[in-house]
Amino acid sequence: MSLELRKVQVKDVVLGKENRFADGILFIDTGELETLIMEDQRIRSVSFDLARPGESARILPVKDVIEPRAKLEGGSTFPGMLSEKMTAGGKGITYALKGCVVTTTGPIVGFQEGLIDMSGPGADFTIFSRYINIVMIIDKHDDVNPHEHEEVVRVAGVKAAQYIGQIAVGCEDYEKTVYEWPAIGERYAMYPELPKVAYVCNCMSQGLLHDTYFYGRDTKKLIPAMVSPLEFMDGALVSGNCVSPGSKTTTFHHLNNAVIDELFHRHGKDLNFVGLVLNPMMVTLKEKYRGAMLVAELVESLGVEAAIITQEGFGNPTTDLMMACKNIEEKGVKTVIVTNEDAGTDGMSESLPDMVKEADAIVTTGNSNATILLPKVDRVIGKLEDIERVTGGNVDSIKPDGTLLVEIHGIMGSHNLQGNTLLTAITV
Amino acid sequence: MKKVLFYTNQFFGQIGGEEAAYTEPQIHEGPKGNANAFAPQLKDAKIVATILCGDNYYAENMETCRAFIREQVEAYHPDMLLAGPAFNAGRFGIACADACAFVQEQLGVQSLTAMYEENPALEMYRKSIYIMQAGKSAASMTKDAKRMADFANKLLAGEPVGLPKEEGYFPKGRRINVFAEKNGAVRAVDMLLAKIKGEPFETELEISMYDKVQPSTPVKDLRKAKVALLTSGGIVPRGNPDHIPAATAKVWGRYDLSGMTRLDAGDWESVHAGYDPVYANDDPNRVAPYNTMKELEKEGIIGEVYPYLCSTTGNSTSVADATRMGDEMVRQLKADGVEAVILTST
Repeated sequence: MSLELRKVQVKDVVLGKENRFADGILFIDTGELETLIMEDQRIRSVSFDLARPGESARILPVKDVIEPRAKLEGGSTFPGMLSEKMTAGGKGITYALKGCVVTTTGPIVGFQEGLIDMSGPGADFTIFSRYINIVMIIDKHDDVNPHEHEEVVRVAGVKAAQYIGQIAVGCEDYEKTVYEWPAIGERYAMYPELPKVAYVCNCMSQGLLHDTYFYGRDTKKLIPAMVSPLEFMDGALVSGNCVSPGSKTTTFHHLNNAVIDELFHRHGKDLNFVGLVLNPMMVTLKEKYRGAMLVAELVESLGVEAAIITQEGFGNPTTDLMMACKNIEEKGVKTVIVTNEDAGTDGMSESLPDMVKEADAIVTTGNSNATILLPKVDRVIGKLEDIERVTGGNVDSIKPDGTLLVEIHGIMGSHNLQGNTLLTAITV
Repeated sequence: MKKVLFYTNQFFGQIGGEEAAYTEPQIHEGPKGNANAFAPQLKDAKIVATILCGDNYYAENMETCRAFIREQVEAYHPDMLLAGPAFNAGRFGIACADACAFVQEQLGVQSLTAMYEENPALEMYRKSIYIMQAGKSAASMTKDAKRMADFANKLLAGEPVGLPKEEGYFPKGRRINVFAEKNGAVRAVDMLLAKIKGEPFETELEISMYDKVQPSTPVKDLRKAKVALLTSGGIVPRGNPDHIPAATAKVWGRYDLSGMTRLDAGDWESVHAGYDPVYANDDPNRVAPYNTMKELEKEGIIGEVYPYLCSTTGNSTSVADATRMGDEMVRQLKADGVEAVILTST
């Protein structure tokens, strides 16, 4: 398996009446895009806006963030999401638009939607403040129930990302990276002097706004599976607008999985990246036992010495994380786990609700309960009042002077558990 | 010129050894005993007086000693209390740390002490005061006095305090967020490679082991017992009158259910952000099974169902907040004669 990623740098975006990419400027025909999105008859209206880095702007409630992408030879960028026909991800040539993202917002579906500040202290806590946000505001018809509402915005998001990605297809100015993922025997035989390493990616599979989609299939219907990292990079995984904003693994995070990036970066130098296991984390104890058992069996079958386990969500998924860690360590495979912590607003509480003694190597992406005061901004895209209902906010979040007191939990991807953030916590 | 009050024991105050351990607290003008090792190293600050007290006396007469310290603070108006270092001396450690915690918490005076890492006073007081690392015995007095004086100068000058490792104090146990130079994924790979090679590495989060909750003894006769329903599933009256947050709740609600035999859809809702609430909103009894409880009461299996629902959202709730809310609920339930509880989670 071989994937060529053509990374196209987008310097600016213009919303208008034509589709064109020239000199780093992306022109989008929003009329045509609107027609495409409105094909879903559950949608009442859709509109578009832009938020640029450094601008005094706040977007909320954000559901998902997606990097615009398209395949050179056509076909689905997010296979299984938009068509019946299945093509495998991780092959051929894919255009990835860097510097901009599609951000979905609109009336709130649930409590799990977050905010993005484009400037000020809040901007430091989200990687999305660094990108031009092409914001898509989607409103649904009254009779569309919460589960369908989530599906509507999820599908609209990837549709828009593919549509916008296609605008840059054929562009000559790109940076090329070719990723190889040979057959398992060849991978195993590579770099015999280097330690063999696997990656276990936990993903949420727990219902409304707690789901992940693999080739369009709800991961609640999946058991742990060996997946190619190239499939991750090429749209096989789509976020079901998962989990609370701070710990949310958006579709952008799946496409740009920080652990996969780093493992490829060190592949052949410090380690041999041999395999990846996707572990859906479900609600019942029996499912958790089954998942953790199968994950350890799959990791063992890869013949690796060590594994990194990343997390999504917190609370009951911490038990999945700890069980996987314990089971894998008991196979004689060394682990490092990546998790956030909930140490209370004062930072004085125990950090995690579950722990095993085998978890002796933990990378923390920060205390999600820590609060931050965000200044008033010039422009809100979406609805500020929704902060009162989402994770990280409460009825006292909006202060009389217009400032916003939230836990960093409320900021999109603030403590992303795939390690795609600089945030960490220390004890003082 | 800032004023420092010094605290030491009979031994380092040069009164005597174990035979003088019951010496009552006394005050001396200026530095006395080991306070002289600190005095020349303080910048723009001087030791105005030294409190001396026998270790046994302090340990057995804490209130008297605190009252004595209070008098001295009121007389000298110090900017700081410097105590110790206590090395590995248990009773001296407790006296130093207690004196520091007292002046800091009760009198608002900055304080600083030091001791060896195995001194039992460390775990008792580290959360509330600065305790610096000191040697095991008085052999390290000169070195420890220097480090304490340096940090005292910093505190007195109001300069920003560095991290525990940089300054040499024991972490107080508070987790704070900082931005690292490398992202979490890069740090994870670095840590993994060190672990594979058997090189030293430092976990970013220490393993904590929790108290195991001992199950209570069984209810003697359920047919006569008053049983309450509690949930961390965030089921509240529609409109969420107590504004219980979707996550990180620090409050819980108690809702009157008298006259009801079930929680009716539409009257109750889930405000919990940690699970799919659609099915709970369709039938709130799925999360808080009050209907089943009432049926069991009707059948005589349960003596009486407590006519209130105690509810909060157990979602990203810190262990400390959860423990406190649990204590609060239990106090209320015990006062109301509840003998057993069914606690539903999500």
